[in-house]
Amino acid sequence: MADHEQHSLEHAPHHHVTPLPVYFGVFFALAVGTLLTWYASTIDLGIWNTPIALGIAGIKAVLVILFFMHVLHSTRLTWVVVIASFLWLGVLFVLTFADYLTRGWLMK
Amino acid sequence: MTSMTHDSAEHHHHPFLQHHFEDLGQQHEASTLGMWMFLCTEILFFGGVLCAYWIYRVMYPEAWAEAAHQQNTMYGGINTIVLIVSSLTMALAVRAAQVGSRIWQLIMLFATLVFGSTFLLIKGMEYSMHWHEGLFPGTHFTWHEVPALAPKVQLFMCFYWGMTGLHALHMIIGAGLLLWIMFRAWRNDFGPEYYGPVEVMGLYWHFVDIVWIFLFPFLYLIHGVHHG
Repeated sequence: MADHEQHSLEHAPHHHVTPLPVYFGVFFALAVGTLLTWYASTIDLGIWNTPIALGIAGIKAVLVILFFMHVLHSTRLTWVVVIASFLWLGVLFVLTFADYLTRGWLMK
Repeated sequence: MTSMTHDSAEHHHHPFLQHHFEDLGQQHEASTLGMWMFLCTEILFFGGVLCAYWIYRVMYPEAWAEAAHQQNTMYGGINTIVLIVSSLTMALAVRAAQVGSRIWQLIMLFATLVFGSTFLLIKGMEYSMHWHEGLFPGTHFTWHEVPALAPKVQLFMCFYWGMTGLHALHMIIGAGLLLWIMFRAWRNDFGPEYYGPVEVMGLYWHFVDIVWIFLFPFLYLIHGVHHG
């Protein structure tokens, strides 16, 4: 197995080369997202201002991770590490907020 | 060199293939995976600060909106674009290495360094402005618009200086790493078979860009009722 893989890996460019239009397209989307997040902050959307700002930032981050950081064409193992990172971030936020956001309930 | 009795020591290997890897492909995957492991710790490192920020933002929403109003959105917005451009040039530098163009690697790495430095320069101008406005936390903190909110606005400014400072520190480290990668690109180390260090440099740079993608709306663009 190792011999077989070694052969194919050493003698052929096995990495995905992202076409230039994809890079420029992602850049354009990131720039539009920046303008959009600025514009959205100037208008009153009630409780929706914060979720929209978070949503746009999240989409921008996913674009950077998938295309600029090449996760789209990375190994499954890389996917696991990337997803696990954000899963732990989620645990950090959910457990912390489960504490802080519910403290007021006891005062009633 | 460790396996003198072994037959494989006689084989011709790529000069940058470390002896403990089977081949360049495995070496590349190991280095990008290792970088992602490091970035995982970075995500949680910045995540911890962001979590503290959100706790206080939920507690003091008016103060947070007031404080964000003190920020210069124009500077923050221009810096966001500058950083996105630097991410594009970084991605193009990795691509240049993948297709084996030394000159485009050097051009794109240099462009990344220039845009990264521009970001730090604009950030420095903002820091100077905030310093003279008395918005640095401590005994000289002066912000009187809504006296009741002043201590909480000062707390926001602690987060502002702390988070942007940590981010700027990452940028400075990134600029240093860029110089090293530029030197290696100039030495013509990289090509389609071996470009791991450029790729890993890119992962770091894009991560720092992602941090700013979140810091910009969190520190500059909080919608709320503004006084005055």
